[in-house]
Amino acid sequence: MNLNEEVELLKGVPIFAKIEPAKLKLLAFTSERMTFNEGQELFHQGDQGDAMYVILGGVADVLIDTPAGQIPVAELKKNGFVGEIAILCDVPRTATIKARESLATLRISKDMFYRLVAEFPQMAIEIMRELAHRLEDTNEKLRNATKAAA
Amino acid sequence: MQRNLFSYIWKHSRHEQLVILSLVLFAQLFYFLSLSVPKSIVNNGISGNVFKDGATTPLFAIDFRMPKWMGGHHLHLFDGFTVDQLGYLVTMSFVFLAAVVVNNQFRKSINTQKGRMGERMLRRLRYELYDRILRFPAAHFRKVKQAELATMIKDEVEPLGGFIGDAYVQPMFLGGQALTALIFIMMQNFLLSLVVIALLAVQMIIVPRLRKPVLVLGRERQLSARLLAGRIAETADGVNEIHIHGAANYERADISERLGHIFRIRFDLYNKKFVAKFWNNILSQATPFAIYLLGGYFAITGRMDVGAVVGVLLAYKDLPSPIKELIDWDQQRQDVQIKYEQVIDQFQPEGMMPQELQAIPDGPPPPLGHELVMSGVTITEDGRVKQLDTVSLVLPTDAKTAVIGAGSSGKDMLGLVLARLVLPTSGSIKIDGQDFLHLPEFLLGSRLGYIGQETYLFPQSVRDNLLFGLKHRPTKPATYDENMTTVRQAFWREAERSGNPVLDPNADWIDYELAGATGPADLLPCMVHALKQVELDDDIYSLGLLGAVDAARRPDLAEKILKARHALHGRLQDPKNAGLIETFNVDKYNKNLSVAENLLFGTPVGKKFDGDNLAADPYMQTVLAKTGLDQDLLRMGLSIAETMVELFSGLSPDNPLFEQYSFISADELPNVRLLLQRLGGKGVEAVPPADKARLMTLPLRYIEARHRLGLIDGAMEDRLLAARRAVAENLPPNLRGAVEFYDFAQYNSAATLLDNILFGRVVYGQAQADSRIRALMTDVLAELQLRDSVIEVGLEYNVGVAGRRLPATQRQKLGIARALIKRPQFLIVNEAVAVFDGRTQDRMRDNILAAADGRGVVWIANRPSQAEGFDKIVVMQGGRIVEHGTPAELAASGRVYAELMASA
Repeated sequence: MNLNEEVELLKGVPIFAKIEPAKLKLLAFTSERMTFNEGQELFHQGDQGDAMYVILGGVADVLIDTPAGQIPVAELKKNGFVGEIAILCDVPRTATIKARESLATLRISKDMFYRLVAEFPQMAIEIMRELAHRLEDTNEKLRNATKAAA
Repeated sequence: MQRNLFSYIWKHSRHEQLVILSLVLFAQLFYFLSLSVPKSIVNNGISGNVFKDGATTPLFAIDFRMPKWMGGHHLHLFDGFTVDQLGYLVTMSFVFLAAVVVNNQFRKSINTQKGRMGERMLRRLRYELYDRILRFPAAHFRKVKQAELATMIKDEVEPLGGFIGDAYVQPMFLGGQALTALIFIMMQNFLLSLVVIALLAVQMIIVPRLRKPVLVLGRERQLSARLLAGRIAETADGVNEIHIHGAANYERADISERLGHIFRIRFDLYNKKFVAKFWNNILSQATPFAIYLLGGYFAITGRMDVGAVVGVLLAYKDLPSPIKELIDWDQQRQDVQIKYEQVIDQFQPEGMMPQELQAIPDGPPPPLGHELVMSGVTITEDGRVKQLDTVSLVLPTDAKTAVIGAGSSGKDMLGLVLARLVLPTSGSIKIDGQDFLHLPEFLLGSRLGYIGQETYLFPQSVRDNLLFGLKHRPTKPATYDENMTTVRQAFWREAERSGNPVLDPNADWIDYELAGATGPADLLPCMVHALKQVELDDDIYSLGLLGAVDAARRPDLAEKILKARHALHGRLQDPKNAGLIETFNVDKYNKNLSVAENLLFGTPVGKKFDGDNLAADPYMQTVLAKTGLDQDLLRMGLSIAETMVELFSGLSPDNPLFEQYSFISADELPNVRLLLQRLGGKGVEAVPPADKARLMTLPLRYIEARHRLGLIDGAMEDRLLAARRAVAENLPPNLRGAVEFYDFAQYNSAATLLDNILFGRVVYGQAQADSRIRALMTDVLAELQLRDSVIEVGLEYNVGVAGRRLPATQRQKLGIARALIKRPQFLIVNEAVAVFDGRTQDRMRDNILAAADGRGVVWIANRPSQAEGFDKIVVMQGGRIVEHGTPAELAASGRVYAELMASA
């Protein structure tokens, strides 16, 4: 897969969807293409975060440690992204991500992420929008959960 | 050292001086001859005075008249040759020539001898000064600047060397010459000689006075230059402070002020010198004036013959230069005497270590003794603050003692005293009744270990630094072949003549026994063990993997590394490990190598093919042109340039992304953009020749797997492979040494051990490929028992000036290992683990204590909590020992101890 194909893929990722192709190309060029074999971890819960990942192909499990052992809470597919929380607010990884099958990702390091955001504010707005959506999603789930509990 | 330069010179070189002096005296005879022969030539040969009575005269007749008390007989030994006037002229002219030649031979011989003597004395002086530096009390180094010490030994004593050869010889030689000339003049005409003497006396009085200010200024110049050197060194040492505090311009002001001061001194010197020279010339011309006038008058009135006047003139012609040189010599004498004193004064601080404490030991060091007793030890700085106050303490040299206290408690000073780096102002330290302060240094060096808060490393290899503490005496002389032995022996004889020690740095100085080894063969395990004790072995192992080993020097190791390569590639066949590295295959394009690396397909040796030089190499250019690849590369270059302009144009020029990722620097980007605009999509043919070189270098750095611009398809790969083959096949003989090609069956001396074992490139973009390969390699090397050999290679890593090529923690670890490897009987650890993080501190303490099992340790703790597990704890406060006892005793009753522990 060369750079132009990667750019095409990035266009499909929600947070990058509205960013100019030229900037996406720079993002792709300065990021690292990283492939994981089945069973390899992208990162482990509790680790310090140094990068976020955009899934270019394949499926990964989101696992959370519980007293009863690791349980899968979600899955990541093509165009998904993960790991942005740890690099945005300097907290340890909140979950473990494990490749369920051969997984292709674009690894955006923390430094690179901040540099790009500083250079292209449009990216920051898109990421805020996405995070707000997710927060709304979570709130929604919480409301439903409390309703169900009540 | 003698304060008077002349007595110093006389003490060390009187034999040589006497030999030269006798030569000087003998030379005067021939000098006199060269003066008196011209007189005979003029009077007899030309004017024909002796031929008035006959056509011939005897020459070289030897005729003595015995003194009256021996009977007054004529003793007639030789009749001489009978010659006519022409024969006389010819013979005497040749005699004159011979006298001149012999006279010059003497000069040459004298000059050679005194030159050698001067250089020997300079060597002696420099050595003695350096020797003193090694015996300076540690406190003295806080007062002197190192750059000034260096300037003094290097530059300031240099003119002394030139003068030393002349110190006695010059006045004798010149004075003798002047005296001979004067005697000669006196023999011709007494009155004339009186006038000449009077005029000379005036010169000798006035000229030195004129030169006095020159001397004073010269001294000022020396001092100001020394201070300048010290100041420049300060700037280098404190450069971080200058930048942090933005004080560069303040520093500039200071230097400018100093340079202005030096300028004034130097220009004054120049002026005064010129004035002195002017008067010197005037005065020296006054004498010939007198000789012409008076001599001419005497010749006219017939009181002197013309020959005598010519002789006097000749004699005089030689007079001013010795006189002038004598005056010069006198000036130089005063100058160097002052310089000598100024230098010597800096090298006799109080409290220098007596020479005998540093004497070379004859054998292995004896043990240290069992009990160290400090009684009433007090240390005051300049008589005011007491850093240690009447400390009395008994330390068994086989017990483990911890010293705790606050930062200003004086505990670190206690450590320095125990290492004898600071000498007590009062009180005594005894070890088994022997004065600790008078133990020879080598004994402390071998039996006592000391680790301070900071470690200084010498700019040598890790190995040299690690073994530094084992080198107290040459344990085995170096072996030389026959020729070399003669050379070395001559070298040592010369060293002896200059009072330098006959010690051979090429000898084996390592005391293997101290490290627990029996010889060079089993030293490596000891070194590895010491590195393990301080957890430095992994770091050195990593350095070793990045080191290169010449197969010609270590064929055994090269062979083993090849085995490791085979073993690693065997493991890579396992599907579990597939795709971690892309192996070097001469028939396959390697996507994880740059285009340049693919073309060369080998490790560059030297600069010829290294980096961007590859594109500039004429041979490479012809190959590329022949295969037509130059156009392809140009096309790729253009494409890369377009992409870079597209990607990076929006970025600010100081964005670090440029440095990290762009093929084109931020400064160059606008130029490239202009070039592309001018081309307007016309393609490579339109590229101006001047820009071709720049575009050509771009694709050479391009790595398909990393940069992913999709520039290299299957067809392009084939063309690059063809070029690769062409490069290898036609390589001219003069470039054979510039590259070592990749060959699976061959060890590559130019590449690192890591690259040799890998024989491929770790692929880009495979998660954890690096660490997995590392792990595989570590396994393989451990299996082949090669880990120690890799460490051995890592030990050759040069640590750089003050060890700065190692991080601070590794420096400190190496410092600790350097103390541990000699297995000291008594180890003082003076807050040496403070640079590490908390957990590492505790681990280091445990490691060091385990290493010193059965031997003594004094642990000056940087945190009180480190004191647990020691036999005995000493608590300090305000320079005094306030409590001491076993941990249990202190826990029960120690007040300060409890406070310290609570605050920890």
